[in-house]
Amino acid sequence: MQQIINFIIRNKNFLLSLLLFSISMVFTIQTHSYHKSRFINSANFLTGGIYNSINNFTGYLSLKSQNQVLAEENSRLKMLLFNSESKKDSTYLDTVSYNGTYKFTLANVIRNTYSGTNNVLLLNRGKNDGLKQDLGVISSKGIVGIIDGTSKHYATVISVLNTINKISAQLKKTNHFGTLYWDAKSPNFIQLTDIPKIAPIVKGDTIITSGRSSIFPKGIPIGIINDFKLDAAENYYEINIKLFNDMTNLEHVYTIENIDTAEIDSLLNKNTDE
Amino acid sequence: MNNSVFLHIARFISLVFLQVVLFNHINFLGYINPYIYIMFIALFPVKNNRFIIIFLSFFIGLTIDVFSDTGGIHAAACVFIAYVRPLILKFSFGMIYDHQTIKFNTVEFGEKLTYLTILTLLHHFMLFFLEMFSVSQIILVLQKTLFSSIFTILLILIVTIIFSKKTK
Repeated sequence: MQQIINFIIRNKNFLLSLLLFSISMVFTIQTHSYHKSRFINSANFLTGGIYNSINNFTGYLSLKSQNQVLAEENSRLKMLLFNSESKKDSTYLDTVSYNGTYKFTLANVIRNTYSGTNNVLLLNRGKNDGLKQDLGVISSKGIVGIIDGTSKHYATVISVLNTINKISAQLKKTNHFGTLYWDAKSPNFIQLTDIPKIAPIVKGDTIITSGRSSIFPKGIPIGIINDFKLDAAENYYEINIKLFNDMTNLEHVYTIENIDTAEIDSLLNKNTDE
Repeated sequence: MNNSVFLHIARFISLVFLQVVLFNHINFLGYINPYIYIMFIALFPVKNNRFIIIFLSFFIGLTIDVFSDTGGIHAAACVFIAYVRPLILKFSFGMIYDHQTIKFNTVEFGEKLTYLTILTLLHHFMLFFLEMFSVSQIILVLQKTLFSSIFTILLILIVTIIFSKKTK
């Protein structure tokens, strides 16, 4: 017993380092596995509050470009609105049943990162505003990411610029679908894999979300094909996509909640159980 | 004694604040950021207990991690350099370290540069390696380590020169 205590006292620095190092490794490994609620995240009262007050100042710096983005979106929505009015016909749904499947909430990005390999954004909306894990996040130009953790007033978002993100995407002109991932090289490009060789792809084609998961509805723009090549087995394309979104300049984003998620999930689970 | 405790608390808070508010958002050429907060570990007095510095390093790393959502990579890298710091001190300062009389204001510039370079390179390598978490990306890790280290070392030198007390 005496010897053990002596050993501990002699090597206390080493043992302390080892202990603290293991704790940090546990935290690190947690961030590399998808959907394990993190113990260490910035959606808490202290860090969220600090980032919020910083954003109150820095928000002014990008005011002009953000106004431009919002104005562009307004014009696009106006165009849609006027076009749809002219097409209105007698099969219009009655007002009681006309509730869209998707619910949008406006949020501001109060912290944006894009230089690391596992980038996470922080939003100034949280549980109190109805956000929860697995809601999609988009900006007016395209997809941004998926909500990971929420606190009362803040939420963290796993950006598309994150090596653990896997989002289903498809070609706009045909229904061939694949999986998005990020090779961590540039914040302007992400990669699409698993598109079969038979798909007719050309440089400049638009890529949209496929709506195969209940997170994003179908048809949210992602980017255009920059270049592509066949993979080693020559069965699938590996496509380099230029994002529509400028991920380095984000301010106003929308979260999308699919109201039918629970229904869809229970249906899918029922099928797999049988 | 009391005075130096306050000095270190102030240094801790101001370095974390600067790192989080300013230096995490520089993104020079897309990904190069200086990690200037390791100054806290580098310039911690040599005479003090090793137990304290290892613990404080973990704490400053974890604080940065909480702010930047990086899990525990900063904490791990900081604990690592805090543990190997005596070896680096011995390597770069030699005799003075054996007598425990190093004052970072008064040591020679060349020796100080060696010390900071080794410490920064080790920290950054550890940091980026844990961030990527794969051996196949080792080239990218080394590239990031090199560029960010140059940035960090330059900034630490500038800051130490600006804040050095003229005691000669």
